[in-house]
Amino acid sequence: MSAVVSPIREPLITGHKSYHDITEDLVSPTEKTPGRAWVLAFLTAVSVLAFGLFCITWTIWHGIGTWNLNRTIGWGWDITNFVWWIGIGHAGTLISAILLLFRQKWRTGVNRAAEAMTIFAVLCAALFPGIHVGRVWVVFYFFPYPNTRGPIWPNFDSPLLWDLFAISTYFTVSLLFWYTGLVPDFATVRDRAKGFRKKVYNTLSFGWTGSAKHWQRWESLSLILAGIATPLVLSVHTIVSFDFATSVIPGWHTTIFPPYFVAGAIFSGFAMVLTLMIITRKVLNLQDYITIEHIESMNKVILVTGTIVGVAYLTELFIAWYSQYPYEQFAFFNRALGPYWWAYFGMMFCNVVSPQFFWVKKFRRNITLTFFLSIVVNIGMWFERFVIIGTTLARDYLPSSWSFYIPTWVEIGIFIGTLGLFFTLYLIFVRVAPVVAIAEIKSILKSAGDQYVGPNAKHHDHGHGESESHQHETEVVETVVEPVEDHKTEKSGKTSNTYVPVSRNTSSEKDDLKKIEGIGPKIEQALNNAGIQTWYDLSQRTASEIKDILNAAGNNFSQHDPGTWAKQAKLASEGNWEALKAYQDKLDGGKEVI
Amino acid sequence: MSDKNKSIVYGLYNDETELLSAVKAANSAHLTIMDVFTPFPIHGLDPLLGLQESRLHIGGFIYGLLGTLTAFLGMTWIFTKDWPQIYGGKPHWAVPAFIPITFELTVLFASIGMVVTFYIINGLGPGVVNPCIDPRITDDKFCLAFDAHEVDPIQAENLLRSTGAAEINSKTL
Repeated sequence: MSAVVSPIREPLITGHKSYHDITEDLVSPTEKTPGRAWVLAFLTAVSVLAFGLFCITWTIWHGIGTWNLNRTIGWGWDITNFVWWIGIGHAGTLISAILLLFRQKWRTGVNRAAEAMTIFAVLCAALFPGIHVGRVWVVFYFFPYPNTRGPIWPNFDSPLLWDLFAISTYFTVSLLFWYTGLVPDFATVRDRAKGFRKKVYNTLSFGWTGSAKHWQRWESLSLILAGIATPLVLSVHTIVSFDFATSVIPGWHTTIFPPYFVAGAIFSGFAMVLTLMIITRKVLNLQDYITIEHIESMNKVILVTGTIVGVAYLTELFIAWYSQYPYEQFAFFNRALGPYWWAYFGMMFCNVVSPQFFWVKKFRRNITLTFFLSIVVNIGMWFERFVIIGTTLARDYLPSSWSFYIPTWVEIGIFIGTLGLFFTLYLIFVRVAPVVAIAEIKSILKSAGDQYVGPNAKHHDHGHGESESHQHETEVVETVVEPVEDHKTEKSGKTSNTYVPVSRNTSSEKDDLKKIEGIGPKIEQALNNAGIQTWYDLSQRTASEIKDILNAAGNNFSQHDPGTWAKQAKLASEGNWEALKAYQDKLDGGKEVI
Repeated sequence: MSDKNKSIVYGLYNDETELLSAVKAANSAHLTIMDVFTPFPIHGLDPLLGLQESRLHIGGFIYGLLGTLTAFLGMTWIFTKDWPQIYGGKPHWAVPAFIPITFELTVLFASIGMVVTFYIINGLGPGVVNPCIDPRITDDKFCLAFDAHEVDPIQAENLLRSTGAAEINSKTL
């Protein structure tokens, strides 16, 4: 593969990963029993979700009167939360679509989780328009379908209906895009699974084989979906902003809304991706795949979009003054200095001031600061929506109808419930699907792995020369060829008299000791350090000798039982793979079962 | 992969560069390659295998056009013929107001159409079980497979061996 990469590019995959390591690292979280932290987090999320469901039921049972909305303030926390969640749902498709078109390789580390986050956030968002209409049971009236009421149709000239189409399309396309990317990775999980799990993942993977033609179409499909999802992402928040901008409310009726909303959406979306990924990479040990380099790239996007949002805030203020329109001027005066001044300054501080830290490289690469600021940004973006909606509505044209709005426990409960829904879904996702796109990471390994680029890169010749020089030694012609690999004839020292399958080894000096059940990368390293490089070397040692090596290597190693390793290594060095496999099937974690 | 009971001879390579040179070698030896299976898309493989460029994008365009027409003509019919109403003083046929929904349905039709086409032409879908040549193909092995009826198996094995395949095997699917 052509791996011509600028030397100033930093590696995006660290830890000298091989293809197999990538599979191992990314699939294993779905194979292990959940840890205590996960169970605890899941139970918390589910309880919060349950409370949210209770509040929704309460709303539906008693009606919208359980919310503090009134004649003046028709939209409160419901639409604030809706816009907030939709905004968060913008990063995923932006990362997977726009960054794919720009050929940004760092997207591969985070796109899977970001897309999942998008889908879950859009689900949370879609809940609010559904329940705030009041009569939830006739919510399907939104959709145009030939009905027995005329047929009577929805108003296609209304931005609220455009919004319905935008959100439904966005959700569907994001889901298709995400799932198509998941299919090859589910196949990877399937091929490692056994029993019932295998059946489940076989269904999920749609029978994926990895055929060249399938891959070609898969890439073609991804590229076109990215191409059409790009204007889609931009259209969705544009249309959400039309909900406000096409009205005649001062403070809403502005042409700056579409770009300002889109920038704000990307801003909050990236903040949420950072919040989640910083936790996920730590908990699932994905630091080699989601590196500081990824975090820095996302912080740059946060800086840019945060500054765009800041410019938009200031432009609004300037235009309000410049327009000489008293109602517009009052709307902004009221936002900054009216009863909700704290929300306005909270928004200004969180969205405009806080991202400016990221001009400094040291701060962009500081994980603690990034995590903290990502939460600050999300609070700020929530305030932005509240300022636009609540503050503006509270004081309309007629001072006699001015009002003040604070949410009831039901409204707060529903909002918290959506957080529960979001985290419940995300926690299920990290257990079921590989959080990082396996196939995509493998495809950038040779242009972004730290053994190929960056300061720790070393020269790789992929062992071609050697494989060609072996051609002449190859003289075995069998009708049924046995799988033979990595066998060291010259080291075994018995080439002359006994029949040994001829080596087609392509690597150089050592065998993959991890083929022995019970040996992992760490133990392999310890054995290599003790001079055991090949299966043959290992097969010549007794169990107690190996035990001594392990004990010498430290406490972490001494618990391992090397009783069967020599026997396994002997089979491996003889190339007797079928016998080895049969033997390993009987073993449990490399130990003989009594 | 559609017809059953196919005998294949295949080699597994450890690296995509080896696979690419093996495919080149097979081409120059005039051995018909049945298929190549890899854990991730290999760039530069398609021309070697003589694969035509995918026509999925043409399908996408047609589906998209269908969406555009459905949305625009649908709204036109509803608001001018089926149930004309005046909303906000706009004319019945308010073209600018139709644009957002027309755009969204274009994208929706194109995406759904292409994805469904993709799975149908690949023969993939929920419940499909394809024979697994080697479970490590979705992990770290690159498989070059020959149909034992199309090529001389011995010749194929020799080619696989000489191009550095880590494992060579034959199988009936």
